[in-house]
Amino acid sequence: MYKYIIRRILVFIPMLFALTVIVFGLAQAAPGDALTGQQLADPRVDPEVYEKQREALGLNDPIPVQYAKWISNVAQGDFGKSLVFNGRSVADLIEARFANTLYLGIFSLFITIVVAIPIGIYSARKPYSLLDYAATGFGFLGLAIPNFFFGLIAIYVLSINLGWFPAQGTLSGPGMAGFEAFFSRLHHMVLPGITLGLAGTATYMRYMRSEVLDVLGSDYIRTAKAKGMSDSNVLYKHTLRNALIPIITLMGFEIGVLLSGAVITEQVFQYPGLGTLFISSVTNRDFPVVMAITLILGILILIGNLLADIFYSIVDPRIRYD
Amino acid sequence: MTKQPLLDVDHLKTYFYLDDERVAKAVDDISFSVYPGETVALVGESGSGKSITALSIMQLINKPGRIIDGAILMNGEELLKLSTKQMTKVRGNDVAMIFQEPMTALNPVYTIGNQITEMLRKHKKMNKQQAKTRAIELLNTVGIPRAEEVIHEYPHQLSGGMRQRVMIAMAISCEPKLLIADEPTTALDVTIQAQILDLMADMREKFDMALLLITHDLGVVSEYADRVMVMYGGQIVEEAPTKQLLRTTKHPYTKGLLGSIPKLEEDTNRLEAIKGTVPPAYDFPAGCRFSSRCPFVMEKCTQVNPELELIESNHNVRCHLYEDGGNTDE
Repeated sequence: MYKYIIRRILVFIPMLFALTVIVFGLAQAAPGDALTGQQLADPRVDPEVYEKQREALGLNDPIPVQYAKWISNVAQGDFGKSLVFNGRSVADLIEARFANTLYLGIFSLFITIVVAIPIGIYSARKPYSLLDYAATGFGFLGLAIPNFFFGLIAIYVLSINLGWFPAQGTLSGPGMAGFEAFFSRLHHMVLPGITLGLAGTATYMRYMRSEVLDVLGSDYIRTAKAKGMSDSNVLYKHTLRNALIPIITLMGFEIGVLLSGAVITEQVFQYPGLGTLFISSVTNRDFPVVMAITLILGILILIGNLLADIFYSIVDPRIRYD
Repeated sequence: MTKQPLLDVDHLKTYFYLDDERVAKAVDDISFSVYPGETVALVGESGSGKSITALSIMQLINKPGRIIDGAILMNGEELLKLSTKQMTKVRGNDVAMIFQEPMTALNPVYTIGNQITEMLRKHKKMNKQQAKTRAIELLNTVGIPRAEEVIHEYPHQLSGGMRQRVMIAMAISCEPKLLIADEPTTALDVTIQAQILDLMADMREKFDMALLLITHDLGVVSEYADRVMVMYGGQIVEEAPTKQLLRTTKHPYTKGLLGSIPKLEEDTNRLEAIKGTVPPAYDFPAGCRFSSRCPFVMEKCTQVNPELELIESNHNVRCHLYEDGGNTDE
């Protein structure tokens, strides 16, 4: 098994390299550069000045040289300086936002798992029951309603009309600490968390249902029953572990999807995460920030896949030996 | 036979309710007994109801199937009246079952040891260490080399024959009184088939079990079974001690089955085959269920389904040909 994990990690490295090349290439391919916006905004400034600045910033160097400079800085955690936020370092800017997005992602994944898996199992055990139909209906709705729309409805009903949850932000007030801050954070995450997890919950529920149904019909479940194993043993020991194998693979991808999918949800709830920063950076052509966020999301997706593969090899012994 | 039967199946009916109109009568009014220590073969083509009979005894019928009538007595105890929980104490403990597909019958994510010991721990209340020791003994008994290592291995690391040995080890682990083997060798290489069947015969003797052997292979039957029941269309059509059945075959269906076995001593170009296929269990012909394929079909056969009747000592046949002592022999 360790061999397998090491092999997977080795494959991870070239993929990471390819990712950096793509991110850098995309930023290069975008029209204009960091100074274009300023130039357009104030045409009275002598173009010479910008040309000199470009030379000084290394923007006229050959592309491979620029890449080498960038990647060596990135490797040291230096993503450069933001072109918009008064030259604050990108790493600084991202750090706090990243934590917010990560909390939201974990919270949303937690809700997804806690809701989807038990309902999926129930649906499979009692197919065509009332709750199964209800879950199916909810699944269709969850997949059909776009994130932003559900977010708006949630704000309207649960926040504005009923006043149960705050509609935006992360904390109720400044200077909170300890448990108070923790619960305030959770309270603020409920609506964006549910909104973000909606589609995922619907998907996992359906997957779980079909997987459990599939496994329940398999020969080894019949064997387990013929051995005299109790219903709960058959379900929780023999069925669940097999049914979870494909779910775990999906979960790995989900990590990336949750964090990048948060872009829209965060915007709707004005949640100060990576997503809101990403959108404002794109509109401002703040390339260092855009590149840094794209790269981080890309790395998270790769890590998600790596984790999925590793978990996969833990639950399914057949994977380890090929 | 003065002995008390171990298993007594009485007018068992297992139907599958496919939709509003179609009801598949997979097992339709079957009665038979199995006595302690004997090997009984249940023979028939695919779709004749053999496996459903076995699964009915285990009460492992899945929806839309249901046991709708009859009784199944094990040592005088009515199994159909037991609760779900009580039934789990019978399965694996009093009656064990081996299935056709060794490749998929073991759970792929648990070790062999885990899958054997969970039975011992449940039925025999052994602790972890006792169960492990017993599992190794059992694997040795069924002829698995390096048993100490195999208990830590997963099913995919073993061949089909080895997996079927593991299934047998599991089946005999709690020393059941009855072992049901549902085509245990169908999915195996010919060379392995004989080994597995010999192993089961040895185990039957060693643990003094009765064996209900489900097969479509009359060669296997002649070698291992004391008594044979031939099934067709969810019903028993002929029943007799093995030698008697093979020597004085009565039912046209059994004759057809025997005729379709290649014989070394005869030089024939073509094997005989029974015409057609088993009709689906929701659409049997009126009258005798074999009438649509029977070479001796008479008018009466398409109208009235014959009863299973004793025509010689120990020899039961369900056929109109024998009602007044007639027969099909030239």
